[in-house]
Amino acid sequence: MNWATTDQHSLGLAQDLPNREPRRPGRPVRGAWATEPGQWRGDTGRGGWASEPDQRHGEPAAGGWASEPDQRRGEPAAGGWASEPDQRRGQPAAGGWATEPDQRHGDQSPGRRAGRPGRRPGPADHGHGRPADRLPRLLPDGFTDEPTGLGQHLAEHGPIPALGGHQRWRDELIAEVELARLAGRGGAGFPTARKLAAVASAGRRAIVVANGTEGEPISAKDKVLLAQAPHLVLDGAVVAAALVGANEAVIVAHPAVSDIVAAAVAERRRARLDRIRLRVVPAADQFVGGEASAVVNWIERGVPKPIATPQRLSVRGLYGRPTLVQNVETLAHLALIARHGADWFRAVGTASEPGSMLVTLAGAVRYPGVYEIAIGTSVADVLGQAGGPSGPLSALLIGGYFGTWVDSAAAATLPFSTEGLRALGAHVGAGLVAALPADACGLVETARVTRYLAGESAGQCGPCVFGLDAVAGQLERLADGRGDDLRLLNRWIGQLRSGRGGCKHPDVTIGMVRSALTVFNAELDLHAQGWCCGTAEAGVIPVPAWSQS
Amino acid sequence: MTARTGHGTRLRVNMIACDGRGLCAEVLPELITLDDWGFPIIAEGAVPPELQGQAGEAVRLCPKLALRLER
Repeated sequence: MNWATTDQHSLGLAQDLPNREPRRPGRPVRGAWATEPGQWRGDTGRGGWASEPDQRHGEPAAGGWASEPDQRRGEPAAGGWASEPDQRRGQPAAGGWATEPDQRHGDQSPGRRAGRPGRRPGPADHGHGRPADRLPRLLPDGFTDEPTGLGQHLAEHGPIPALGGHQRWRDELIAEVELARLAGRGGAGFPTARKLAAVASAGRRAIVVANGTEGEPISAKDKVLLAQAPHLVLDGAVVAAALVGANEAVIVAHPAVSDIVAAAVAERRRARLDRIRLRVVPAADQFVGGEASAVVNWIERGVPKPIATPQRLSVRGLYGRPTLVQNVETLAHLALIARHGADWFRAVGTASEPGSMLVTLAGAVRYPGVYEIAIGTSVADVLGQAGGPSGPLSALLIGGYFGTWVDSAAAATLPFSTEGLRALGAHVGAGLVAALPADACGLVETARVTRYLAGESAGQCGPCVFGLDAVAGQLERLADGRGDDLRLLNRWIGQLRSGRGGCKHPDVTIGMVRSALTVFNAELDLHAQGWCCGTAEAGVIPVPAWSQS
Repeated sequence: MTARTGHGTRLRVNMIACDGRGLCAEVLPELITLDDWGFPIIAEGAVPPELQGQAGEAVRLCPKLALRLER
């Protein structure tokens, strides 16, 4: 495994940016992957608030959203991005994790205390599992440097739910998943129960694919989940397999964490835990490699590109079998629903979008990393998990690189849910929020991200290959003041807007560009006159260094 | 990529197979235009009855077999 490459490609941490505080390369926060192979540091961004509050800037929450530009001066824009976990180490998670103050301090139940191996469940747990309204649900509660082992996993979550082979058991559990309104956590948000039912009713021997490709360069939530709670994902894969009548599940895991998942699978095999076959395939490290048909293509033929499928994957997918492709986080939630039921699942979140979700907080926040939030938490509180903004913000990229730019002030009070963000035309996507500081130029950042996305085209469809390249080029000209031909840009955006590719890569890229042209409208005028409001160095929203000229 | 109708047929391009030869747009300019890179954009809406013949012709002429008529 090439760790340098993994680091560079997967996180796109700012190697290209000098003048950062010295840091070990590729050091992410909660969980990012460590510098040395095999040495996983599951540090936790959850310490968040706790550590030395305000060495850097004023009040965390207030200062962040307010406009005091000079506070941040001299502080690398993405200081948060580069932040050293060690700063926070030894400041255990007492703070920062829960949104409610009394949840944080009042609760002293044993399960709450950080990171002791073999911790016992709290009194209200009836033996297993965490109280329904307490987060995190998926990630280990507290500090840990190790993946949760099988023993600890079972002690914490209880035994794997009994799997019935009968139709009635399947129907009941699928109905429970429907009641829980579990939606896919890979970005598209498709109702999981419908997918399960479709594959289950295909009438032939099915196969399950757990998708942990996570090709999005600044998203880390699937990697963190697989690295810290691999058995929960595997439980979910096993439950899903029983539900759809599969005897095999293939776990496609990002290369940075596939060894950890393979070790977990070996552990289960030794314990003779599962009836179905579990197989781990390291994912292709490419942006579009995570698209469902691309994952199938990768497993079967080693080609990480979407394929044109005459039939749905649920009818005819991997090896011609009915195929359930689910994001790994979705499967982890499924494992908990199978244990605790829909009511438990719905104890947090909103009525229409229940449950918790993993988010990756990036850019100008104090402690970038992966956090677990209740869906519907306000956007400001979501950023608060990461210690809040590291300075005044101008905009947020929500959802992922295939997401939507929104004005940060307009978004701050909105609930972080698909419904709540609809007002701004955004969606939660794969749970990524990248914060753009006020002194960075949104147009420059958009041009960089678009160039990266254009380069990540699988190269199969003309409109994607030529169109995205043209749009990226035009944005670059606008960004560095070489041209102001918005007419041409808008013409191309119109031509590429929807359904022009074999997958959604061009659609979502264009969607992101359109949102940028709206949110950074004032910037466009400035650039047309040869000015730019950005005083910080470009590169706040990280893209892999290789994609930049 | 598709043209949907309430009842009739719709045109669908397999964009992965399409090579941008442009014959379809020559035969059926009423429903198919080309973008700035020469790849077909199919109009929204029905394939009207009077264009069914031309639509079938466009499907037959596609050298990459990338165009389909779907019910």
